[in-house]
Amino acid sequence: MLSFLLKRIAATLPVLAVVAVFVFMLLRLTPGDPAAIMAGDAASTEQIAQIRASLGLERSIPAQFGIWVSNLLQGDLGESFYYKSKVTTLIAQRLEPTMMLALVTIIVAVCVAVPLGTLAAWRIGGWLDRALMGFSVLGFSIPIFVLGYILIYLLAMKANLLPVQGYIKLGDPSGSTLKHLILPAMTLSCIYIALIARVTRATVSEVLTEDYIRTARAKGLPERVVLMRHALKNAAVPIITVIGIGVALLIGGVVVTESVYGIPGLGRLTVDAVLARDFPTIQGVIMFFSFIYVVVNLLVDLSYVLFDPRIRY
Amino acid sequence: MAEDSALSVESANLAPVQKPAWRRALDAWAVRVGGVVLIVFTLIALTAPWLGTVDPTLFDAASRDLLPGKAGEITTLEGEQLKHTFLMGSDSLGRDIYSRVIYGARVSLIVGLSCAILSLSIGIVLGLSSGYLRWLDGPLMRVMDGMMAIPGILLAIALVSAWKASVLTVIVAIAIPEIPRVTRLVRSLVLTIREEPYVEAALSLGTPTITLMFRHILPNTVAPLIVQGTYICASAILVEAILSFLGVGLPSDVPTWGNIMAEGRAQFQQFPHNVFFPGIFLALTVLAVNMLGDGLRDTLDPKMSKKV
Repeated sequence: MLSFLLKRIAATLPVLAVVAVFVFMLLRLTPGDPAAIMAGDAASTEQIAQIRASLGLERSIPAQFGIWVSNLLQGDLGESFYYKSKVTTLIAQRLEPTMMLALVTIIVAVCVAVPLGTLAAWRIGGWLDRALMGFSVLGFSIPIFVLGYILIYLLAMKANLLPVQGYIKLGDPSGSTLKHLILPAMTLSCIYIALIARVTRATVSEVLTEDYIRTARAKGLPERVVLMRHALKNAAVPIITVIGIGVALLIGGVVVTESVYGIPGLGRLTVDAVLARDFPTIQGVIMFFSFIYVVVNLLVDLSYVLFDPRIRY
Repeated sequence: MAEDSALSVESANLAPVQKPAWRRALDAWAVRVGGVVLIVFTLIALTAPWLGTVDPTLFDAASRDLLPGKAGEITTLEGEQLKHTFLMGSDSLGRDIYSRVIYGARVSLIVGLSCAILSLSIGIVLGLSSGYLRWLDGPLMRVMDGMMAIPGILLAIALVSAWKASVLTVIVAIAIPEIPRVTRLVRSLVLTIREEPYVEAALSLGTPTITLMFRHILPNTVAPLIVQGTYICASAILVEAILSFLGVGLPSDVPTWGNIMAEGRAQFQQFPHNVFFPGIFLALTVLAVNMLGDGLRDTLDPKMSKKV
């Protein structure tokens, strides 16, 4: 187990290295002086000279990359000249809303998609199955921001049930965090539900053709037990996998959702940084999100042990 | 005798003459509906100037914030005042939203199609090389793994921010994150197909590698690649709209569905139609492309349709 763990963690290193090269190249691909681009429009000549020195721009590209990676390994993502603050500090400040939104979305999506997908597989070709498949094509096709505005229009403006936008920090007495997260989470979970429900339906329907399902039914187990304990449990690995892969979709969606609902999270930070051409922050946020994505999928791989005893490390 | 004929009837029933793949595809209702909607949108995009539109960049201060269906005036570049009915209302600068939505179809369709073609071509070359040149396989796949670890929209946003946004840079920025998936698909197809007897036969006849790749292997990857291409097209249209909507895509004077919504969002509470009209067009287009993709997948590539 331990040796597998180490091997699996080691396998993520080349992936992260490639991400680091890409993010590093991003700034060097941009026409113009990287120091001037990083400093932004309002910087003085001295400031630009200072940045040149700190990035090691007089040296060769590999040496510059070396400086960047060694900073990265020390947890230093550089300094934003636009926000006049360390990028790590910026990320830490914006982390809570994004984490809360992602968490609520994942919980909602899994709780809706897995039961629906299982029921659809149970009566494949039935009305629920067809409705779910239709919905999932729709879920993949409606742009997140269009859905967001439809929900704002119906639930916040017409029915007046929920706040239109904004975010209340956890523990802030001025309002309920959860109430402000319902609309964004509904918006964001739609595409995620479509994805998970499809995979659940496909996997469970395949498991339901297995011999042990027939045996379970033949020995008189109620359908509920057959579905939950025999079918769903054996379909768990692909479902967990797609939940992990879907985190990439979720991260993309967070950027849009936070923008629609005015949530001051990491997605909003990304867009603001791009609009201000604040490259250190753009690089930092991409590194951070990619790191999270890789770690989530590492955890997904490790969790297989819990769901499938045939898999032993 | 009797037994013999019974057998032949049965075998005839077992193996009916199969229609060619493209005929089966055309019979699927999803392909038909998706295809017809897309043809209509393409025609709209091509004939935009003759559909009662005005130049989508024209504005008139007197016709600001009109509700859908209201008549008003629009000033041409020559300073002439024209009477015009604003079918979908006007935005806060007094531009005709109907004209902008109709012209916006051009950008979306061009971006979707170009991204699909670009990422497919690069992915095919990389996937074929990776599946055939074993020394290249390891390093190339590690690079692809790394690219896939960067969430696609984020990578596209970062790339457009590094370049000056134009139709070309937006297309390239959206296509790049799609390349790894195409490469992996082509590679896995190559690895399966190269074990087929006809490939071994060609190989034993001394067929050069290049001919083998493009004559014997590539044609067998066409069906899954067409399916993949439609999905890339749908997602590219979405991502382009997202980039424009966030304000990091094409310049705001270019009429794209995302741009119209970005301009409309400030006034969403008073004039929700500024966001909804382009939104409906966008959703319908993406839905049509996705339906086409699903239909093609079910008919052309039944193996893939079973997986999901």
